[in-house]
Amino acid sequence: MTAALRFDPIRLPSECEQLRKEVRAFLAEEIAAGTFDPHKPNREDTDVPEFSRKVGARGWLGMTWPKKYGGHERSFLERYVVTEEMRVANAPTRRFFVADRQSGPVLLKYAPENIKMDILPRICRGEVCFAIGMSEPNSGSDLFAAKTRATKTDGGYLINGTKIWTSSAHIADYMIAIFRTSPPTKENRRHGLTQFLVKMKQPGIQVNPIGQITGQYEFNEVVFTDFFVPDDHVLGEIDGAWKQATSELAYERSGPERFLETYYVLTELVRAVGTNPDTRSAEGIGRLVAQVHTMRRMSVSVAGMLQAGKEPVVEASIVKDIGTVWEQQLPHRVRDLAAFVEETATNRETLEKQLDFAIKTAPKLTIQGGTTEVLRGIIARGLGLR
Amino acid sequence: MAESENIVAETAEKIFADLADAQTINRDNKGAWKAPLWQALTEAGLPLSWVPEDCGGSGASLAEGFSVLSAAGRFALAVPLAETMLAGWLLAQARITSPDGEMTVVPASPKDRITVNADGSLSGKARSVPFAKAAKHFAILASDAKGSLSIALVDAARCRIETGLGLGGDNSDTVTLDKVQPLTTKPAPKGFDQTRLMLMGGVARSLQIAGALESMLEISVRYSNERVAFEKKISKFQAVQHNLARLAGESAAALAAATSAADAIANATSFNDEVFLEAVAAKIRCAEAAEKGGGIAHQVHGAIGFTIEHILHRYSLRALAWRDDFGSESYWAVELGKLVARRGADELWPLVASR
Ligand SMILES: Cc1cc2nc3c(=O)[nH]c(=O)nc-3n(C[C@H](O)[C@H](O)[C@H](O)COP(=O)(O)OP(=O)(O)OC[C@H]3O[C@@H](n4cnc5c(N)ncnc54)[C@H](O)[C@@H]3O)c2cc1C
Repeated sequence: MTAALRFDPIRLPSECEQLRKEVRAFLAEEIAAGTFDPHKPNREDTDVPEFSRKVGARGWLGMTWPKKYGGHERSFLERYVVTEEMRVANAPTRRFFVADRQSGPVLLKYAPENIKMDILPRICRGEVCFAIGMSEPNSGSDLFAAKTRATKTDGGYLINGTKIWTSSAHIADYMIAIFRTSPPTKENRRHGLTQFLVKMKQPGIQVNPIGQITGQYEFNEVVFTDFFVPDDHVLGEIDGAWKQATSELAYERSGPERFLETYYVLTELVRAVGTNPDTRSAEGIGRLVAQVHTMRRMSVSVAGMLQAGKEPVVEASIVKDIGTVWEQQLPHRVRDLAAFVEETATNRETLEKQLDFAIKTAPKLTIQGGTTEVLRGIIARGLGLR
Repeated sequence: MAESENIVAETAEKIFADLADAQTINRDNKGAWKAPLWQALTEAGLPLSWVPEDCGGSGASLAEGFSVLSAAGRFALAVPLAETMLAGWLLAQARITSPDGEMTVVPASPKDRITVNADGSLSGKARSVPFAKAAKHFAILASDAKGSLSIALVDAARCRIETGLGLGGDNSDTVTLDKVQPLTTKPAPKGFDQTRLMLMGGVARSLQIAGALESMLEISVRYSNERVAFEKKISKFQAVQHNLARLAGESAAALAAATSAADAIANATSFNDEVFLEAVAAKIRCAEAAEKGGGIAHQVHGAIGFTIEHILHRYSLRALAWRDDFGSESYWAVELGKLVARRGADELWPLVASR
């Protein structure tokens, strides 16, 4: 049992350090060129298509995928380094990140060859944006309550129903969604859902914006009305999406993006306290740094498990649970400590603006990608309790 | 993990399983379990794991020794194995041969100082020294008036020891040296300092805390699957499951932090800021996990875990007690915060992402 909870102390190999330097240099250039401002996580311009293409051109998308699909056959650890450097720099990754992390691996595993040859190379070039259509108005945590129907028709399926909270649906070229192809069975209420590749911007699909309390616009309601999906867009087994969805979520739940979303406030706090902090500030910062260091070591370790071909579902859930709880608390702890920062700190205004934004962001962190309660259920199952 | 690392740890684990069973120890209030356990550990060469063979030890690697400490934590071991290992390691830094028997290191807190007098004798006071009362010898780090550091082997009988008890019921004593002549003194190697000793002790304690949390998780899960209330096993209640999931998270975080720090120290070529971060972060994170995780383990066990008959306290109280040795998490957090501030905001991420 305890074997499942070991996080081996993976050390990043030297090629990662070289890569890290390249990524940092690239990001510094982009910042200098005004592509994005790392000190403004709350900016409006989070979708920057040219930036995606440049990242693709560097070979930093589809890094672990086979070369024949445009990938680079590099390691999960190298991908890890790119992801964390982008995240810490507040780079505009919205357009490519979901495809790179999640949708691409799903296509690799379950899509027919013609689709792989068509789409994967374009993801690697940073040209396509993906959305994930899992949640519905009455199906969030309870994924298997999804009702949006896929009805068999000539040469494909007709889709009717509504997806909700769909991040990036308004800019996405594709969505990977689960739809109901048959009712659940008595023995297995998870049965009856199928994963589909959906081409966006077609007739029969309507994307309605939903605003967020941060003032940003990121997710949507997506309404399907007799929307046609061809047969070769079925991904994997008919009625068997439940088996596929869980391993997909291991990718979604363990990455550095799951504990670094509000990290910027910590950097700004360190800047504000200066080089000679009082005891209270020093202790506060020390505790926060110890936390982020530990989270990161766990997350690197999970990247090592992925590299070793494992499916670390429980470990990923642990990283996401501790990670999002931590990144949610972080702005509040930084606020506690910021109360003692000198009025004259040069970055005081930046710190205050960032704190404002991070505190507004915080409530979503333990919800997106699966709520804390749901993750603890998965961990409990891993402990043999259910 | 290397093959040989497993063999040393497996040997330790087997001895603990045979002779340090928590239930047996808990019932034996006369302490009859101690002598056979220590004898078996000694025969296996474990107390002097970190002492090279030409200094009288068994010459295990740092990594091997660290895995012994994890196992010791899983058994909430209440004999001075970690302390003797640390003392042997300290003496070996100055190539002083380790004697037989129990030892401990002095000082055990970053704030205490022992001084070398002009005549070579030692003076000073060290508080909360683990197992001082049980030790036959002390490995002491001391500094002279010019600040040069020495490592000394001292006969415990020449020192004044005021008995103290730590939270876990193990000795945590005050040691006073009043012009005590050491058995041997040698200069500490270049670059060695008290911080290094404290962090080595801190990582040892981190591994022990993480090990104790692993056991607390295991016995809590087991108990929740046995105890029936409201006509169900309590493990079937979602609130209980979530508590155990949180305990699993704390246990995993502690183990991850502690093993990462041990790996960093075992493979360090120099004692730089990155190694400092690893060691200090482990002590801070493990101490926090001891508080949160131990609390949950008791919650799951209900009143039964609060009784002296039950073994839970052997793990929970020791994990809490170990927080204080070799610098508490508050102390190290201040030191880490100062280091981060000194390096500046833009150097924080490069430090965190250094491994
Ligand atoms: C910023 C953001 C972006 C998102 N992007 C996407 C996306 O791109 N695609 C997508 O499909 N979804 C997306 N989501 C949706 C997200 O996955 C869901 O919000 C999440 O799964 C929770 O579902 P829900 O909101 O319906 O809440 P509910 O499921 O209604 O949950 C409400 C509360 O009840 C608790 N609860 C529910 N069931 C249980 C249970 N069995 N035991 C204990 N507690 C329970 C939950 O933990 C939660 O606290 C996004 C969400 C956010 C916040």
